[in-house]
Amino acid sequence: MIAEFRSAVGPEHVLTSPEDTLPYGFDGTATLRCSPGVVVFPGNTAEVAECVRIAGRYGAPVVTRGSGTGLSGGSVPVKDGVVLCLVRMDAILEVDPRNLTLRAQCGAITLKVDEAAAAHGLFYPPDPGSLKISTIGGNVAENSGGLRGLKYGVTRDYVMALEVVLPDGSIAKLGNGCVKDVAGYSLKDLFIGSEGTLGIVTEVLLKVLPRPAARKTMLATFEDMESAAKAVSAIIAAKIIPCTLEFLDGMTVRCVEEYAGIGLPVDCGALLLMETDGHPAAVEDEAACMVEIVREHGAHEIRTAKDAEEGLKLASARRSAFSALARVRPTTILEDVTVPRSALAEMVAYIAAVAAKHGLMVGTFGHMGDGNLHPTFLTDERNADEMERVHLALEEIVAKTLALGGTITGEHGVGLAKKMWLKRQMGDASYELMKLVKASLDPRGLLNPGKIFD
Amino acid sequence: MTPSLREIDYSVLQQCMHCGMCLPTCPTYDTTRRERNSPRGRIALMRSIADGELQLGKEFAKEMSYCLGCLACQTACPAGVDYARLFETARADIERQGIQDEPSRIFWRTLTLRILFMNPRLLRLAGRVLYFYQKAGFDRAMRRLGLMRLLPGNLRRLEPQTPQVCSRFSHDLIRADESPAGETRHRVALLTGCVQDLAFSSINRDTADVLLANGCAVHTPAWQPCCGSLHAHNGEPEMAAVLARRMIDLLPPEEFDAIITNAGGCGSHLRHYSHLLADDPRYAERAREWDRKVRDIHEWLVAIGPRVPGASPFESETTVTYHESCHLTHGQKIVAQPRVLLRMIPGLRYVELPEASWCCGSAGVYNITQPEQSARMLDRKISHIAGTRALVLATSNPGCHLQIARGLREQGLAVTVEQPVTLLARAYRRETLSA
Repeated sequence: MIAEFRSAVGPEHVLTSPEDTLPYGFDGTATLRCSPGVVVFPGNTAEVAECVRIAGRYGAPVVTRGSGTGLSGGSVPVKDGVVLCLVRMDAILEVDPRNLTLRAQCGAITLKVDEAAAAHGLFYPPDPGSLKISTIGGNVAENSGGLRGLKYGVTRDYVMALEVVLPDGSIAKLGNGCVKDVAGYSLKDLFIGSEGTLGIVTEVLLKVLPRPAARKTMLATFEDMESAAKAVSAIIAAKIIPCTLEFLDGMTVRCVEEYAGIGLPVDCGALLLMETDGHPAAVEDEAACMVEIVREHGAHEIRTAKDAEEGLKLASARRSAFSALARVRPTTILEDVTVPRSALAEMVAYIAAVAAKHGLMVGTFGHMGDGNLHPTFLTDERNADEMERVHLALEEIVAKTLALGGTITGEHGVGLAKKMWLKRQMGDASYELMKLVKASLDPRGLLNPGKIFD
Repeated sequence: MTPSLREIDYSVLQQCMHCGMCLPTCPTYDTTRRERNSPRGRIALMRSIADGELQLGKEFAKEMSYCLGCLACQTACPAGVDYARLFETARADIERQGIQDEPSRIFWRTLTLRILFMNPRLLRLAGRVLYFYQKAGFDRAMRRLGLMRLLPGNLRRLEPQTPQVCSRFSHDLIRADESPAGETRHRVALLTGCVQDLAFSSINRDTADVLLANGCAVHTPAWQPCCGSLHAHNGEPEMAAVLARRMIDLLPPEEFDAIITNAGGCGSHLRHYSHLLADDPRYAERAREWDRKVRDIHEWLVAIGPRVPGASPFESETTVTYHESCHLTHGQKIVAQPRVLLRMIPGLRYVELPEASWCCGSAGVYNITQPEQSARMLDRKISHIAGTRALVLATSNPGCHLQIARGLREQGLAVTVEQPVTLLARAYRRETLSA
């Protein structure tokens, strides 16, 4: 099989030594690790298809990955299996300002996609925290969200068409470049967020928007998380949809400040990052309204970024929150439970209570405007007793999330990390339907086996 | 005895939660797009070695030599992974186990690390010999006659990169004790460095002048040991500890307001003596005091409030750009201060260099051990410098200085390389001329 891979993609693009393959044994998820037997770097769609056919002939499981920044174990390999790493396929093929679309290969870095759009005054809104290194193909596979999800939604909302290699090695084009397209089943949507279990996305056609003319970034500090959550609910209730309403709890603020050194107020219980974009007049108006609302809800300190540069700095501080929390304890376990926005304050309080009950350290931050929370357990995987309590706490948080009508994952996907809870959220019928889809597309179960469900 | 990867505090390895934020900042990952060539991949390998899952072998050794040690990853890392410590531990492990040992490598390492850089008198003697060899034109003659082929491989590669050795070294230019003309506000020690001393002794003189012009009495011992940074970065922590003790004995930190260094690479190592000597009961406390007193020259000047020169170092307005030495920027986090000083100088138009903090490929002996990767990075750096249309490139580490000067020369660009301190010293000197 190795020899066939070598002749398919060139010998220099096939890695087999333990030093080469071992670093492909994980993604950004803590505690999940498994070394592949071979890592192959195809250079184009035809080579991806050929690799899938070769692996199929040998019955070898194939796990596809980009930069490996996923947070649910979606690209963690199968022991001794094949990893298809698509970072060589990183071209941005076309920006089409007439149709407001952008075509890119799967390995294109998310930030580069937005920069390519920006060169034409356009904007690619989804912005996962890892956008400096995550790939667009990975974003599609995991249906990634980001800091602007509140106003702009997630990756799905920007995918118009996909080129996909199917488990049998055939190549399919799904969706098209029309704004309106209702021909047949929406197959492209089936593949978005399918975590590499149904096919391998090799090329994407994305919708891009005119770049907002103005943007304003503000932050406000609060005594505690509940008052911040209430302020957020009040902003939404006032029918304002800013692009970003992010929060960090006190511990997260302190870790981020230690890393970024941008002068965040570190003595607060919670910090709210607010951003509004669009027409300059609307931006001014929305910003003023938000300032008024947070003040009414007891904000201690309200700061407005004086320019775009400072705004970017504040937003990038928020992007680093997850990694910055790793300063506190050796192992960092991140969740992305999401609840309806009206249940935010209750959920935030519940997380704090569960952490206290089990004697655990939890830093919480997230996308408050869309109800997407990131309770982050700061622990040590070598401490079996503590890990046991982490799992208990996680169970309770998930149970509460589902009771509130929430979801086990808002933007990271199910992968390995959350598959034990999927059935509970979906119910039997839709769970079985998912398995049926997988079985009909990939009857031998060779593409990313064991992810989402067994 | 420094710990091996098997013994190191495991939480340093765990600190990496493989988020990947380091990848876009890593020059070797940027080149190959292979995980093992990234900080995240290297730490994964180290962790597997610590776990006993992977043997410490030739491939790992090769990987650790491919790493520049530029520490850009450390700046980028939100989780605060101490990559420098992991890197030095891994390299020390590799040396201890003799994985890369072969006769010529042992010979050169012994000659440089164990002999020359352990003994300042021998180093200067070697410098003197090299100076006369270059001055007499033997180097050009040998090249013309094709005799370079007789040299062993790595020396042959090294030869064209040998710096032009100065005719006079720092102790010929700087008296052991010098006092400012006016009031003495601070008392500092000046470290002259090894490469800096041999190749750029005038920069040491400039540093002393700038200190004097800012009210500092300067103590500069004639014979100074190497700071040990070469040893620490190349897997010889025990020798680095010996040198650290000698340095502390020579310049007792309690006697000075600051111990000044003007080389980014040395400075980055010098402020970590407390790690190196943590288990030495006689030196641990003094090493902590030492670490507190070590100051990069730019950092020190900005901290004490630098005097704005009354003259320009140039005849007419000149555009200057600035390349950040990795160990100044990532190792010491000194980013703003050199720019503050440059912007303060009259007659100097400062332009920002794109990718100013991207490594130039010098990285100690990297340009000898990894010539291809080093050349790739140098080309990238030179093309950015050319793009700024600056006439002067300022930088603060002798390795970068030599590497970039060579790149500019090879591309035929009329850009000179200067230490920011040199420009400042020149400006102060011209005050009297213009007055």
